[in-house]
Amino acid sequence: MNRIQQKISEDKKLLSIYFTAGYPKLDDTVEILQQLENNGVDMVEIGLPFSDPLADGPTIQASSQVALKNGMTTDLLFQQLKDIRKTVSLPLIIMGYFNPVLQYGIEKFCKKCSEVGVDGLILPDLPLAEFEENYAEIFKKYELLNIFLITPQTSEDRIHQIDSASEGFIYMVSSASVTGSSEGFGEIQEKYFERIALMKLKNLLIVGFGIQDSKTFSQAANHSKGAIIGSAFIKMLSEKGKIGISAFVDSIRKV
Amino acid sequence: MNYNVNEKGYYGEFGGAYIPEMLYPNVEELRQNYLKIMAEESFQKEFRQRLKDYVGRPTPLYFAKRLSEKYGTKIYLKREDLCHTGAHKVNNTIGQILMAKRLGKTRIIAETGAGQHGVATATVCALMGLECIVFMGEIDIQRQAPNVARMKMLGAKVVPATSGSKTLKDATNEAIRDWINNPINTHYIIGSVVGPHPYPDMVARFQSVISKEIKTQLKEKEGRENPDFVVACVGGGSNAAGAFYHYLNQPEVGIIAVEAAGKGINSGESAATSALGKVGIIHGSKTLLMQTADGQITEPYSISAGLDYPGVGPMHAHLFASGRGEFISITDDEAMKAGMQLCKLEGIIPAIESSHALAIFESRKFKKENIVVVNLSGRGDKDLDTYIKHFEL
Repeated sequence: MNRIQQKISEDKKLLSIYFTAGYPKLDDTVEILQQLENNGVDMVEIGLPFSDPLADGPTIQASSQVALKNGMTTDLLFQQLKDIRKTVSLPLIIMGYFNPVLQYGIEKFCKKCSEVGVDGLILPDLPLAEFEENYAEIFKKYELLNIFLITPQTSEDRIHQIDSASEGFIYMVSSASVTGSSEGFGEIQEKYFERIALMKLKNLLIVGFGIQDSKTFSQAANHSKGAIIGSAFIKMLSEKGKIGISAFVDSIRKV
Repeated sequence: MNYNVNEKGYYGEFGGAYIPEMLYPNVEELRQNYLKIMAEESFQKEFRQRLKDYVGRPTPLYFAKRLSEKYGTKIYLKREDLCHTGAHKVNNTIGQILMAKRLGKTRIIAETGAGQHGVATATVCALMGLECIVFMGEIDIQRQAPNVARMKMLGAKVVPATSGSKTLKDATNEAIRDWINNPINTHYIIGSVVGPHPYPDMVARFQSVISKEIKTQLKEKEGRENPDFVVACVGGGSNAAGAFYHYLNQPEVGIIAVEAAGKGINSGESAATSALGKVGIIHGSKTLLMQTADGQITEPYSISAGLDYPGVGPMHAHLFASGRGEFISITDDEAMKAGMQLCKLEGIIPAIESSHALAIFESRKFKKENIVVVNLSGRGDKDLDTYIKHFEL
């Protein structure tokens, strides 16, 4: 069983953290991962920075730019993660855009992931049909899970398609928005979370986009398996640095 | 081989819709409806009517006698520069605003580089009374003040794109992000044959009026519909797509696409995508793309803002890869010289984009009896500053 699947089967609400590899400093990646593990986070998404991140708001855009400027590359990320399984046992997911993966070579990328112990990928601009036709086999060969997104606008038919193509969890985008919205959740999100919960999907759902504090975390986790925090974590890193990680994770978990 | 889009949205290996799930419903709605709507007689009628009465079509096909004499071949200019707003861009924005109306959209967004597509979009939004938001790179806003003013006069809101390199590709990113944030009431009018399927095909179809008219007009003038060559500049490639469209599957017509070499292909400051690009994904489309070895999209350069795009439409990527199209790149200096020459020989001040297409005659020789149609995509009013600086006028 893949580490993601194992984690999903635990009887608790999961807190997943996203951060951009190579930010704030080029060689922060490993230490951030270790601290997240030591502070009781359940899963991590490592952002592979891209020059043109279409689905991201200003915070993640800026962190990606800094990371690239710092010299982050796909090769370097794999080098940094080379010994990660000696110290970190969390499920690890690489989240990035399709073009850098395409340039690296899909098979080579998947092979590297499997060598260093990455468990899954989130590639928002790799469409479902394209994945199933051309890449599903390769992912399977290297025991990598591909995590798909759904949004409030995704039709029920398509949600069922995505559900049957998914094996880890479904990434439920909280609202019609790029990452980093700080408007909180209202009735619309509550209804959407409930509606999807009632669909009785085979996969569990983890909510992302717009989660920023313990309140939004518990709202999101109430109808799902857990939630993912990205922009708010990166903002904290920008302001306080790695020393702020422990207090940040505690503040989310305090409910 | 077929050079049109296939049922899956691809031109050969290029095209597709590489978009985040957040955009799937918007793009899918368009994909399911665009051909149906375009086929409606009422749509066709209104589109034709607007192109005729508002845009001023058909644009002339003009035999450039003195230019022809100079290069010893028969050169015709398709006068898209005479369209309302000064370029071919408006053919597409008229089509898309009618599409948006029929899809029930009330809010229009667009990206713009130099501002030509922004102006063409603001124009049709004013015409139809729809809200218009144009994203434009912060750097371009500074460089293109007159077009920013035009858009404002036409009632559009111009939003600076402050991310990334603050130019066209970032303005496009911002427009896409806005569409993610406003999935229900908004239509995104993309300005070129780029973006996820069905955009490249839809925009090409709206622009195809150019080659449709060339066929009729050439028949009148020369007794035949097909020239020997049709030439157009390519940034994203919408004027070229329109000029090539009805000739794509007629192998007897040579297709020549002209890219901007900037300061030279190997100068590090160029926009010649076919020469410098590799297969990749940009703005939802698999195409040829200028990028680093690591897959980061790089910033192109050309003296002409309209050719300053790091990718090229998937139709053109396929024309290049299949060998159907002949691709030539022209430097800033060559283009400026050709632009000035057209002023002197024909009394026409061309856009610098179009001047790239005119510049090929210096090196690409044609037979005396050849008929070569050059798509004169826009007029040079917007480029006066650049002409003044370049020639110290």
